[in-house]
This record gives sequence, C-alpha cells and structure tokens, in this order.
Amino acid sequence: MKTGQGPGQGSHQGQEGLRGARERRVRTGGVELCVAELGDAARPTVMLVHGYPDSKEVWSEVAQRLAERFHVVLYDVRGCGRSTAPKPLRGGFTLEKLTDDFLAVADAVSPGRPVHVVGHDWGSVQAWEFATVRRTEGRIASFTSMSGPSLDHFGHWIKKRMARPTPRRAAQLLNQGAKSWYVYMLHTPKLPELAWKGPLGKRWPRILERVEKVPGGSYPTPSLPTDAAHGAWLYRDNVIPRLRRPRADAYAHCPVQLITPTGDAFLSQRLYDDLERWAPQLVRRTLPAKHWVPRTRPDQLTSWITEFITAQEEGDPAKKVVATGPYADRFGGQLVLVTGAASGIGRATAFAFAEAGARIIAVDRDTEGAARTADMARLIGAPQAWAEAVDVSDEAAMEKLADTVDAAYGTVDVLVNNAGIGLSGSFLDTTTEDWQKVLDVNLWGVIHGCRIFGKRMAERGQGGHIVNTASAAAYQPSKILPAYSTSKAAVLMLSECLRAELAGQGIGVSAICPGLVNTGITTTSRFAGVSADEEKRRQAKAARLYGMRNYPPEKVADAVLRAVVRNQAVVPVTPEARGAHLMSRFTPRALRALARIEPPL
Amino acid sequence: MASATSAGTTARTAELSGFREVQRLAYDCAEAVAAQLKPGVTERAAARMQREWLRERGVRDWFHLPFAWFGDRTAFVNFRIPLQFFPTHRELEPGMAFILDMAPVYKGFTADIGYSGCLGLNPVHDRLLADLEAHRELILREVRERRPLREIYEDVERLMVRQGHTNRHRAYPFGVIAHKIDRVRQRRWSPTLFGFGTQSLKGLASDALHGHREGWSPLWSPYSFSDHPPQPGLWAVEPHLGFRGTGAKFEEILVVTDSKDPQESAFWLDDDLPHVRRWQEEKAA
Repeated sequence: MKTGQGPGQGSHQGQEGLRGARERRVRTGGVELCVAELGDAARPTVMLVHGYPDSKEVWSEVAQRLAERFHVVLYDVRGCGRSTAPKPLRGGFTLEKLTDDFLAVADAVSPGRPVHVVGHDWGSVQAWEFATVRRTEGRIASFTSMSGPSLDHFGHWIKKRMARPTPRRAAQLLNQGAKSWYVYMLHTPKLPELAWKGPLGKRWPRILERVEKVPGGSYPTPSLPTDAAHGAWLYRDNVIPRLRRPRADAYAHCPVQLITPTGDAFLSQRLYDDLERWAPQLVRRTLPAKHWVPRTRPDQLTSWITEFITAQEEGDPAKKVVATGPYADRFGGQLVLVTGAASGIGRATAFAFAEAGARIIAVDRDTEGAARTADMARLIGAPQAWAEAVDVSDEAAMEKLADTVDAAYGTVDVLVNNAGIGLSGSFLDTTTEDWQKVLDVNLWGVIHGCRIFGKRMAERGQGGHIVNTASAAAYQPSKILPAYSTSKAAVLMLSECLRAELAGQGIGVSAICPGLVNTGITTTSRFAGVSADEEKRRQAKAARLYGMRNYPPEKVADAVLRAVVRNQAVVPVTPEARGAHLMSRFTPRALRALARIEPPL
Repeated sequence: MASATSAGTTARTAELSGFREVQRLAYDCAEAVAAQLKPGVTERAAARMQREWLRERGVRDWFHLPFAWFGDRTAFVNFRIPLQFFPTHRELEPGMAFILDMAPVYKGFTADIGYSGCLGLNPVHDRLLADLEAHRELILREVRERRPLREIYEDVERLMVRQGHTNRHRAYPFGVIAHKIDRVRQRRWSPTLFGFGTQSLKGLASDALHGHREGWSPLWSPYSFSDHPPQPGLWAVEPHLGFRGTGAKFEEILVVTDSKDPQESAFWLDDDLPHVRRWQEEKAA
C-alpha cells in the first residue's frame, strides 16, 4: 500500500482519507460503532482513538503510513462520525462505557491478541482509562499518548498543587487553568451545541487552518457539528466527577509512550511532570508542534509509534527505547544532516545528535573523516549513520546529495550548515581567488544547503530546523580577518532573513557564533600575503593559541542542540563571543577600536 | 644509575630485566584485580585490591599509589583539581569502562602501568582500545626519529583528534603524556606524599634539576620545556584517549638509549603486555 495523499490534497469526502479501508459495524451497549481496518490483519494490531471534536478521519495520514507495517484499526467513538449516539446522551459517555466500547472493538478485530493503543486528545484521555483499569489487563500491549492526560492523574496533579501551593505550583495551576477555558464553556448547557451546529461548526475548518496550522483538505469531515455537539458530553459526564475524586490506583499496566507537543494551546507540559509515578519506564518524546499533531506531523508520529511498537513486539527488553544523551526525547529517530562533519564543531555536533538518538548524515569533502564520524556516531546511539563525500560549494553535487538523501533516508529534520574555512590577512593582500574560495565554502555552501534542503523541508510541511554556523567574526570587525568576517556576517544575515521567511511553516533557523574554539580550522586556514613557510609558522602559532584557549567543540555542539530545542535566533557561544555580541549592541565604538589591534601571530 | 640506557653491557640487560619484571608484576596485578571486579565494587575498593595484591608479593614502595577510575571518570569528565584523581566511592556498573593505574617499586625497580577494561560489553571502549594501537606505533617511530618531544606530543594529539577522540592526558599534572622513571633506593620506611612515593619524587626532582641545567625535562608535556629531543632513560608513556564520557589508556615503559642504531635507540621494554596481545589476537582473528 502506498502512503496516503499528502496533506493539502485530497477531496472533501471524509472517507477519501481512509482509502482502502475495510469497514464493519460493532454493536455494544446500545450503540453501533463504525470500525475501519487497514493493512494485513496478521500483523500486530494498532488501534487509533480520536479526540474531540474529531472523528476517526483525524488519523487518516498516520493510519495510511502505519498500515504498511501494522494492522491498523480505527473507530468512531460513540456519538461521533458514523457511530450512533447513546440515548439519552447524559450519562452515555462515561469512561466506563467508553472502555466497554474499546473492549468490544478489540475483541472483534484482534481476538486473543493484545492491541497497541494510540490516543490523541480525548482518545488519549480514554486510553489512559483503558491502560489503568483492571479489566483490560492483558488486552493492551502498549499505549502511545498524545495531548490527553488521564483525568485521574490530572485530578491528583491539581490536588497536589492545591494542597501546598508554592509560588511555582500556583503558577502552574493558573497556567493550566487558563488553558482549560474551553472546558468551562463546554459545561454550560445547550450553548455549545448551538454554537457547533451554527457558526462555529461552519468556521471551524478555517480556524484550525489559521490558528492551529492544520492543513486543509479532507479533514475535518462534514460530521463535525454533530461530533462536536455529542462530544460535549464527554466533558460533562467525566471531568467533574473524576477531578473531584480521582482514582488512587490509576497505574498503567502496559508500557507507555508520551508524545508532548510543546506548542499545545490546551495542555501545559507540566501536567506530565510526575507521570513516572503512574507509568514506570515511561518513554518521553517532545515535538515542537501545536495540538493537532496527527494532522501536522504524521511522519514523526508514525516513526515514533512504529519504533515503540516494534520495541515491544520484538525488541530486547534490556535495551532502552530512547537514547541516553540530553534531548533524546526531542531528537530520537530524527534525520540530521551535518556539513563539515569530518572534524571540529561539525563532528562534535554529529556526535551530540547521535547521543540524542538521531539518524546522522555526515557530509564532508574529507571522505575518510566523514566515514569515521558516521562510524563513531553509530557507536554512541545513532540508530543509523551515513557518510557522504560532498563539497558544499559544488551546487550540482549538493543537488545530487539531496536527491540521494530524499530517496534513501527521507526528508532531513535538522540541517546543520557548518562547513567553513578560514582566511586571514589584510584586505589589500587578499586576492580575488582567496575571496572566491572563502565565499564559495562559507557563504555559497550555506546558501546551497538552505536552498536545496530547506526547499524540501518546506515542501514536506512538517516543520524542521536549520542551523547555520556563523562566527563571532560576523559582528566583530577585525583588520586581520576581512574576508572571513564578511562571509560569516553574510551567513548571519542570511539566517535572520530565512528565519523570518520560514517561521510561518514551522521551520526554525538559528545562527551559531562560536568564537575561539579549539578545532582544526587553524591548521587549514590560509594566510594571505605571506610566504608558505611563514603561513605554516602562523598556522602552528594560531593552533597553539587556540589550544591554550582550549574551548572544546563539544560545548559548541551542546549549544547547537539547545538552539534547536529552544529555537534561538542567534547564539554566541564562548564568553568572548558573548562579550563581543553585547559590545556590538551597546558599545560598538569600543569594538571598532579593538578591531584595529593586531593579535600576536 | 644511568647505565640502563648506555649502549650494550650485560649490566644493562640485567637492569632492564629488573624493570621488565616489575612491569609484568604490575600488569599481572591489574589483570588479577580486573578479573575480580563486579557490579557494586567502588573505586576505593579496587585501589585497595591492587595495593594489597602487590604488597603480598613484596612491593613496599610506590612511585604512586594505585588509582582506579570508573565510568565517565575514565575520561576525567569535569576534573578541575588534581584531588579528583584519587579513588572515590563511585560504584562499578555493568557496561562501565574502568582504568587501573599503578606504579609499584619492586626490588628498587619502578614500573608505572595503566590498564583499561570494561565490565561486560562496551563497544565505545573496544573502539578506544583498538585506536590506541596507532599511538603506540606513532610514539615509537617519532622517538626513533629523535623528534622534539613537544612535536611528538602535538602529533599524538592531532592523531587523536583525527580519530574523533579528545586528548585526556592533558588533564594530568602538567598535561604530561609521559614522565621519566628510574631506580629507587630501598628504605625501610617509604612514606608517600599525596599518593606519590617520596623516594620517587626525590628522583624526579633531581632529574628536573639536572634537566633544567642541561635543557631537558623529565616531564613530556605540550609546553616549551619539552621542546627537546628524547632524553635517554626510561619513560613511562601514557597516551589517554577520551570519547564522550569514556576513556582508555595504556601506560608502559619506553626505553630510550643513546645508540646510533634506530632500532636500539628506542624500544618498548616489553611487547608481551595485555593490550599488545589483544591487538595481535584481533589481527589474527
């Protein structure tokens, strides 16, 4: 089966999103549920449970992708989509009844074999109930939760903060309280139903597209007004009773993976702070996205769900699912391409991403060095790593690389344009060839990288990040580095402009300004206007100076990861780089005076 | 005293075999202790095991007392002051790398050895150990070429960086990759100062004094005082690699003589050591 249509295409028929699905009706507790199945039924079963105000079609993108490996089952929760609603509505949506529905569907589609549950929003709230009550024990093989806490855990979370409201806890309470505004609205009688069946239902697709950046197309389905109106009873039947008297034994009896979108407007990330207490061996993932991740980040979800289920099905129990390094929750399984990865900052960055569990593509002119980087990256946690020998200043080679990467490894999630060369010497001594060389690598290399890979990132429409290695020399003028500084200043401005351009598409751009870092750049730098011997001497001297400063490239790599996680725009790294950055803003004249000093070389 | 390194006498062979004997003894100790390490053993316990093993076999004086480093302490992560080298209560865990480092004095001969191992499987550690082989060859080749020690130091560091590792011997006092060792007069009472035997420190100090007058240093460092060709004598060479929180080293005696023949001018005292055997086995496999 081919992966589903990309977001943004497709017809307006809701069914179109689940092409090739086998349908059946499951009768349970006075309602009839509409169940859709995709993929080979002999494979492990994955059950996708949708949220509010959605129907099972919210999963269409993820389901099509998962169906290549699993038996995917989706159902419309009672009262939504093409499932019938209970009568009367009040009291018909309790978590107990939803658990009955789940068990009925599970028994119908996967008798005798436990299922892997994936829940989003209210689907996750329900699934927490499934994963923590006794009567489902042995029916659930794993649970992946996104944007939907257990109401019991939520209740305990609130109680703990109410009981001893330290300033931090009080702030957390207020923060989540403000994010839950819609829950209060849904508790008013009749009004929500009227709104959904009236203007809100009509405008909802536009609101999603504009505020939540959900691509248009086959979702939401035409059944939205009734889904939303019936679904209000999910809140009315469960929220107050559960928050008032949360169960004390809501411990998960299956492995749990938690995917937290960092930009969720309805749920604070702090809600999950004590989750390890309820779900031991919790696997955490973080995703820079808004609430509707099944629509906006289907590729990433598919990869994490597949990895988690595969680990439960056939994995080595002693092996950790998530890598050990910092930010492993964020970069696990992502595809990271680093240029200039055969040495120095590039290599250290590749290693740092590898420790976080990312898949690495090490690009460099130096084939051997790149291969070595890829090799070592695999040793420290990268599930896969490849080396590519490419000169970043060669546009055709970069195009070819992008095609290879696309075909063989997928779309790049994080691009690090790091390759650069040094050139020292006065402006009047710098020849045209020198200029050409330094601009070719330092500027054109970055332009090619951003243009060729950035375009593919934007076309995929599922976010990403670009990191460009500029330099402290980008804002610190100096009489000995005119060409180098010019190229790096251009990189800095390019990054800032690109950041503005790509912000709307969920792609972040960061410029890193390291400063004096102990790497091999000193021994490969050109010194314009001096003899070969003198150049060698100066290289050795510079290498010793940088060695004495001894700022390790590993710390720059840490700064790169931090910049991606926090989506920082400009990151000066070493203290001198930070100092110069401050001076360039507040005391530019002093910085200009420093530029006239000739360092001892 | 310097007869060990002046060319071709029987006295010299006898003297070298004395050093060889104590180096073997130290490596035997390292292997014996490493075989007894299990999860939960602390660095202090490992250091004590080495001390006791060697005391039982007649070691009374030390160039320095045994050290033991576990886990990320093998790469000297966040080491700021020399006191951090001393063994701690860090417990060994499965998959952890460890380093045992000891310098016993036996019958007046000194050895200084470093033994790297790991508890169970650790692919990073295996890679580090394999990568050390190139350094052993590089050091010997360049010493035979009579290159200045500072240059050799920089070449070793460059090779480490090319391999993707960091130079961790820079964390040692004075950043040394090697230091001279010599015979020590045996006394009835052999006190230590900060873990170092006073007799050995005295020898090192007198070497430093002589060297200062003649333009050489018993410490092989990245600094300008090491900008001289290899000085004849016995050097305990200890290249130490680090990679993302795992470190590995070997330490053994390099004999430098004033012979004109390149083969005789420098050689490793003993080629039958655990790390060398390991490389040979890997090649055979």
